[in-house]
Amino acid sequence: MSENLIVPTMAEMMAKGEQPEVLFWVGCSGSFDDRAKKITKAFVRILNRANVSFAVLGAEESCTGDPAKRAGNEFAFQMQAIMNIQVFDAYEVKKIVTACPHCFNTLKNEYPELGGKYEVVHHTEFLKSLLESGRLTIEGGQFKGKRITFHDPCYLGRANKIYEAPRDLIQKLDAELVEMKRAKANGLCCGAGGAQMFKEPEKGTKDVNMERTDDALEVKPDIIAAGCPFCNTMLTDGVKFNHKEGEIQVLDVAELIANAQDL
Amino acid sequence: MQILSSILFIALAVVGISFFAINAKKIYRNIKLGQSVDRTDNPSERWKNMLLIAFGQKKMFSRPIPALLHLAIYVAFIITQIELIEIFIDGIFGTHRVFKDSLGQLYTFIISLIELVSLGALIATIAFLSRRNLLKLPRLNKEELLGWPKKDGNIILMMELVLVFCIFTMNGTDEALYNMGASHYANGTQGSFGFAISQHLGPAIFGSMSEGTLHFLERVGWWGHFAMVLAFLNYLYFSKHLHILLAFPNTYFANLRPLGQLDNLQSVTNEVKLMMDPNADPFAAPAPDADATPAKFGASDVQDLNWVQLLNAYSCTECGRCTSSCPANITGKKLSPRNIMMKTRDRLEEVGKNIDANKGTFIDDGKSLLNDYITPEELWACTSCNACVQECPIEISPLSIIMDMRRFLVMEQSAAPMELNTMMTNIENNGAPWQYNQMDRLNWKDEN
Ligand code: SF4
Ligand code: SF4
Repeated sequence: MSENLIVPTMAEMMAKGEQPEVLFWVGCSGSFDDRAKKITKAFVRILNRANVSFAVLGAEESCTGDPAKRAGNEFAFQMQAIMNIQVFDAYEVKKIVTACPHCFNTLKNEYPELGGKYEVVHHTEFLKSLLESGRLTIEGGQFKGKRITFHDPCYLGRANKIYEAPRDLIQKLDAELVEMKRAKANGLCCGAGGAQMFKEPEKGTKDVNMERTDDALEVKPDIIAAGCPFCNTMLTDGVKFNHKEGEIQVLDVAELIANAQDL
Repeated sequence: MQILSSILFIALAVVGISFFAINAKKIYRNIKLGQSVDRTDNPSERWKNMLLIAFGQKKMFSRPIPALLHLAIYVAFIITQIELIEIFIDGIFGTHRVFKDSLGQLYTFIISLIELVSLGALIATIAFLSRRNLLKLPRLNKEELLGWPKKDGNIILMMELVLVFCIFTMNGTDEALYNMGASHYANGTQGSFGFAISQHLGPAIFGSMSEGTLHFLERVGWWGHFAMVLAFLNYLYFSKHLHILLAFPNTYFANLRPLGQLDNLQSVTNEVKLMMDPNADPFAAPAPDADATPAKFGASDVQDLNWVQLLNAYSCTECGRCTSSCPANITGKKLSPRNIMMKTRDRLEEVGKNIDANKGTFIDDGKSLLNDYITPEELWACTSCNACVQECPIEISPLSIIMDMRRFLVMEQSAAPMELNTMMTNIENNGAPWQYNQMDRLNWKDEN
């Protein structure tokens, strides 16, 4: 499959004397995790379709430092942050979009105190603004009438009070949005945050992602939508554990939109 | 006789209030043991939070039924304070229902209101008692509540029951006395106070009693009410019910920033900047604004926490809303955010007693909040999801304490779980939590 993704880097743009409208911050998961790379590509396809002038940092991107900070390692975090801020500033970055709520939260809320002040948006907000400005149109396509439930990522929802943008997008697909019993501010974590993604869970009676998957399965969805690569992994594992991977897909909101457009 | 009663009243009030003042000062001193943190920005938003969340009980209403019951007790508590003013004046000057003549109809209205909300409080108290002891609501019967906290919850509800009984005894007997023209208020004329409940309750229950018995019972109700208030006031110090006072400052000083924003450690920033600045002279004298004592990173004991976190610990209501929404706790891990708050308070109390016993200075007792109270296992189970912070009806953040203690484990003791050490090394060496080469970050572009 030849994909023909157009993904300029900041360095290339700079060489041509151009400044993109927005920097797409891919994040570690979106760069290296096989599942998350699909989300990255889906988002790029949409950006290409909507003719958004964007660029990535590529090899100049580094971890935001979020997992280090949440693990308690303020040194490692600040080293990363200050290096990233130097790169942003060198390219005179003003606006950043990212598909990872952890990157989003850290860039938006924790970089300013270290001198990095940018307009940071989550990709669901960005997609919504593309729709509202008419740069992108979507139709239900294959998702018309499907039951879709949305899992609120903690770092998008509770941490930054973004609940509606992803839901608005799902409804644009003419899908039936069904809410889990724990949703929005009452949502249950997928179990990955706070650096949990990188370690075995403490002893308990159940893993958090299983508990959360049960919440989702309860509403009998065709698709579980997420807006975070880590939630995606956790819920995919949960669905597999329940042997439901044949019936239920776990998809990022960007993938829903890209697929609806046959991108 | 009257003089004696006044003297007894004044003595009781002075002792009760002084005792409370002494304990209140201790609480204030203990909170001040914490590190400084600036929470004076944005006063208008802070006042608004306090009015809505503490006074207006806004966050309680995420669970409407307990919210309404709680509201009944809360309103009763506030309105009854009006009657307390009269009790004080009557007690000191030997008068009886001193406001009745001057306030007239308004007096009848206020006392009727007190009776009605007291009835509401009575119903709520009984509901709360049965919820704790008969229904055994899970969040009110967790392991951390065994022993004193459970007793504490019940004691306070019992005190409320006594208080309400005293009010109705006092008003009911006085009504019966008034009916027979023997109330101290009316000087022999017959009539009715017309209070909403006791005008019916009084004759029904006390109507057949002798005048002497009635006078005696009226005094029992009156003194009982007053004594109960003083007892309650002094009980607060030992109880989770401190929240009825501290919820106000606690919501005022709460964090106003997005929940996802962890605080920045300035001491680390100074060092990191120095490390990364190629022109920095490593032997130069430290900048004048650098802390005089070398900073300890993170928190291992209560003195390392900031004063807002310590105020949080005293304010915690032990309601367990945080714990019942905590993903770690729901899935059976040892972490309970409520328990984090309770243990922080316990340790703070212990440190306070140590200071009292040692004439104002803390002598190392070989213990600390970390390990002796809160274990690393609990700390590492947290997903930093902020559900506990979202749920807390008075804006407490157990997460901030968890994070500060993780910082101590990692930066002072290098005691993170092994996989996290690997993750952090990868970030430092490869710029990603996994062992991939930074040069490969754009490979996805050309992969299928
Ligand atoms: S932030 Fe931590 S303690 Fe609080 S609810 Fe989430 S997992 Fe539990
Ligand atoms: S921290 Fe808040 S929610 Fe948790 S028990 Fe205390 S008062 Fe309740």
